[in-house]
Amino acid sequence: MTTTVWIILASAVLTYLSRIGGHLVLSRFDRIHPRVEASLNAVPAAVLTTLVAPAAYHGGPAEIAAMIVAAIVGWHSGLMTMFVIGAAVLIAGRNLL
Amino acid sequence: MSFSQEFARGMRKSPPVVLSSAPFGLLFGALAVDNGFTVGEAVLMSAAVYAGASQMVGLDLFGQKVAPWLIALSIFAVNFRHVLYSAAVGRRVPHWAPAQRAFGFFFLVDPQYAEAERKAENGENVTFAWFMGMATPIYLFWVAEAWIGASFGSLIPNTYALGLDFLLPIYFLGLVMSFRLRPLWLPIVLTSAVASIVAYETIGSPWHVTVGAIAGMALAAFMPVNGNGNGEDAA
Repeated sequence: MTTTVWIILASAVLTYLSRIGGHLVLSRFDRIHPRVEASLNAVPAAVLTTLVAPAAYHGGPAEIAAMIVAAIVGWHSGLMTMFVIGAAVLIAGRNLL
Repeated sequence: MSFSQEFARGMRKSPPVVLSSAPFGLLFGALAVDNGFTVGEAVLMSAAVYAGASQMVGLDLFGQKVAPWLIALSIFAVNFRHVLYSAAVGRRVPHWAPAQRAFGFFFLVDPQYAEAERKAENGENVTFAWFMGMATPIYLFWVAEAWIGASFGSLIPNTYALGLDFLLPIYFLGLVMSFRLRPLWLPIVLTSAVASIVAYETIGSPWHVTVGAIAGMALAAFMPVNGNGNGEDAA
C-alpha cells in the first residue's frame, strides 16, 4: 500500500476514535476542568488559523485581496457566500493583475 | 412508528446538508487530484474519514510534503471536537444497542450532531432509524462527490489561473470565522497567527501547525475562565 493510503487509514481510525471516544471516555467524568475545556474549545480555531496565516503572509496582491474581501464578506454571511466571493476575487486578481 | 417511517423522517433532514456540502465534496475531489492523490485515494478518504474540514487539512499538508504522522495528527486535532459531540449525543441514545452506537457514531458529522441535539431538546426520541435515515444520503452523496470531483479535477488544464492552490486557505479562513462566537476567539486567532508565521519562517513547515495550535490553546488555558464556553458556533 502507498503512504497516502496509510495516511488515510490512520486518519480514518483517529477520526472514528474521536467520534466514539467522547461517548466511551468523556461521559464517565462528571465535569471537565474549566481550563481544559477552554483549551479544547480553542483547538479548531487555533489549528485552522495556522493553515491560513503563513499562506496569507506569503501571498501576492491577488491572494491578499481575496483574503481581505473574504474576511469582510464572511463576517456578515455564511461560509458558502464567503468562499465563492473570495474565490472570484482570487481568480480575477490572478488573471487581471 | 415503524423503522421505515422513522428512516424516511430522518431522510427529510438531509437535503439542506447534501446541497450545502456538495460544492465542498466536489472541491475536495478536485483538490485531492491536484495535490497528488489518485481518484481511488480521494474516494477512499471521503468514505473512510468522512469529515470535510479535516480532509481538506490533510490535502493541504500532503501538498506541502509534511511527515505522514503529522498529517494524521493534524486531522485528529481538527476532528477532536467530535469527542464533545459524541459525549453529548451518547446521553441522548441510551436505548441504542452497543453495536448501533458503534456503527451510528461513525456518521456523527457537525450537522448530524446539531439535528440530533435539536430533536432531543424538543423532547423527541432520537431513534437509530431516524439517525441513519438522515446520515445515509449525506454519506452517499459525499463519497460520490469525491469521485466526480476527482474524475473531473484531473481534466483541469491550468489550475493556477483557477486559483485551486489558494482555495484551501480561503476555505480555512471561513472555518476559522465560523467559530467567532466562542470565548476568546480573537486573542486565540491572533496568537496562533503570529506564532505560526514566526514558526514557519524560523523552524519551517510543518512545525508551524503544532506551534501555532499550542500557542492558541495555551492562551485559552491561561486566560481567566469566564462564561461556560458553550456559545453556539456561527456555522
